[in-house]
Amino acid sequence: MGILDSIPHVKAVSSHRPWPRAVVTEAGWQVAIDRLVEGGLTLLGFWGEPSAVHMAMLDAGSAAIAVVTYECTAGTFPSVANRHPPALRLERTIHDLFGLVPTAAHDLRPWLDHDAWGQSYPLSARNASRDVRPYQFLPAEGEALHQVAVGPVHAGIIEPGHFRFTANGEHVVRLEQRLGYTHKGIESLMQGASLEAAAKLAGRASGDSAVAYVFAFACAVEAALQIEAPRRASLLRALMAELERLANHLGDIGAICNDASFALMHAQTGVLRERCLRAADVAFGHRLMMDVIVPGGVRRDIAPDGVSALRALLAELRKVFPRLIELYDNTASLQDRTVTTGIVKAEYARQFGAGGFVGRGSGRDFDARRALAYMPYDALSFEVPVLQAGDVNARVWIRIREVEQSVSLIEQILDRLGPGELETALPARSGGGACEGMALTEAFRGDVLVWLRLDGELRVDRCHLRDASWFQWPLLETAIDGNIIADFPLCNKSFNCSYSGVDL
Amino acid sequence: MRKTLLESLTHGSLTEPAPASDGSALAELAAKVDRAAQARLGRSLAIREVDAGSCNGCELEIHALSNAFYDIERFGLRFVASPRHADVLLVTGPVTKNMQEALERTYNATPDPKWVVAVGACAVDGGIFRDSYACVGGVSETVPVDLHIRGCPPSPTDLLKGLLALLEHVGGKR
Repeated sequence: MGILDSIPHVKAVSSHRPWPRAVVTEAGWQVAIDRLVEGGLTLLGFWGEPSAVHMAMLDAGSAAIAVVTYECTAGTFPSVANRHPPALRLERTIHDLFGLVPTAAHDLRPWLDHDAWGQSYPLSARNASRDVRPYQFLPAEGEALHQVAVGPVHAGIIEPGHFRFTANGEHVVRLEQRLGYTHKGIESLMQGASLEAAAKLAGRASGDSAVAYVFAFACAVEAALQIEAPRRASLLRALMAELERLANHLGDIGAICNDASFALMHAQTGVLRERCLRAADVAFGHRLMMDVIVPGGVRRDIAPDGVSALRALLAELRKVFPRLIELYDNTASLQDRTVTTGIVKAEYARQFGAGGFVGRGSGRDFDARRALAYMPYDALSFEVPVLQAGDVNARVWIRIREVEQSVSLIEQILDRLGPGELETALPARSGGGACEGMALTEAFRGDVLVWLRLDGELRVDRCHLRDASWFQWPLLETAIDGNIIADFPLCNKSFNCSYSGVDL
Repeated sequence: MRKTLLESLTHGSLTEPAPASDGSALAELAAKVDRAAQARLGRSLAIREVDAGSCNGCELEIHALSNAFYDIERFGLRFVASPRHADVLLVTGPVTKNMQEALERTYNATPDPKWVVAVGACAVDGGIFRDSYACVGGVSETVPVDLHIRGCPPSPTDLLKGLLALLEHVGGKR
């Protein structure tokens, strides 16, 4: 049974692929929220248009997905966040960008809008202006509490964000994040962009996930146009996606240990990460493999010496990585910092639909590669590690196990990489006017969602990119509760959420 | 752990020879940097990185400068946590309007003499984000820039070439 069967709706939108989208009334919208609150469905995405809001939802059991749309004829929509907290930041973003008002919302403070753009509601059709007041952080009351304000420019080579700690002595009583500093207006730049320009933008939503984003973008375009990338292209896409995962996980494992003052691991994984990037450079001509994937396929083939460079990388990883795992496992002083630190409750991971190592370290068994089995993962074999502890240590172990899986996946792909086409030609224009597509890919930090509508000339009419971090950042606020401030860098690194990916 | 440590002692160094400093960077610097300030710092610079709205691609490559292959600290270049400890601001991103004030304040918090290096295509002129309502554009529109290192993102070798040019110039080849 499809998700929409149980949600009263007005009409289904036929040009939306591959999953159904339907316009709902207020009653249908509320039923959808009921299902989210009960836990039958997981919120996958929540985004706006000048006069409508959309929610994408996942049925975790059957991996069915559907989108419901509420048309905001009066410029308002029933608040989702007041009943389902994971929607909160997305809802505030919709208000910031489009000026649509969630009715009965508990929290309508600006999120991306820092009153610096010189305009309000930049993506709305109306020219309304907003009454902006100084940002109010949530209160924490009690004796002997003090606040520590950190950022947006904070220690290290790191993206900008503001963290407001309220502490009692060393213990954190409340952490509140304030993000939006890297808001570049990507969704507005997408509007009217050619597919080529839009793919470049998608690849720079979060540079560390350049491959995963443009992979999802390309799949969404292909879904909208009802075409498929050639098999060889899809294998090359997955090859790049796994290389990206490897490089990021290796970097993270070292950086987490470094934040527990264990520099040896950082130095060792730093070498392995560099080897990954160099192999990527040899194989695809760019260390971060930006702009190689395009709608329809891939822009270039793997270089002639790319396969041997990747095989050498795999051999090196097979030799060195097990020793590093042993090093992590046998260093008691390191375990002392990571075990039982920064626990994410399984209940929250499920409620928020947290992806990646944050979700899988807290018992949420979801990986888009397996659940949705998009090409070419339908034909590859791999395991999805899941742990229950939910602490920093669990998030390290998920990464370790995923490094092993990615090594195996790259090997499988190299073995199957037969000759074939690289690109399926795109039609010059879409058959029946506007068409819509949606896709999810599994980035190293969790699932990336791309939703788009193309006009008849194949320009982007509207495109929404949803990073996994939307549903992970709020859990960091809960994970640090009761921990000491000095463990925040460690907890933060174990999440390694994207700032740019959520600020857009 | 001992095995890993011992092996790194016997295996020889991974660190690669320094690339030649970038000629065009030297030319850009020659036109801009105050000679009087050069003598004060010797061959050592403290760098504070400021992300003014980048996609984080540049940060990944700046991070890589500290790995064993590039080992940036051997040149006397090191990353510091506060602008108050810094000689150089390494700025990335198309300077989002939400970060402009923070960038200005960071610049003002950095003691003189100081240099600003704009890193990446976005930092030159806003790159692919330049036409957005949310971006100011190149770093030089907000704070004075002494050197641009181009690329999307620039590779660690490109970064090193630019920074070595800065170091040579600041060191004044005495």
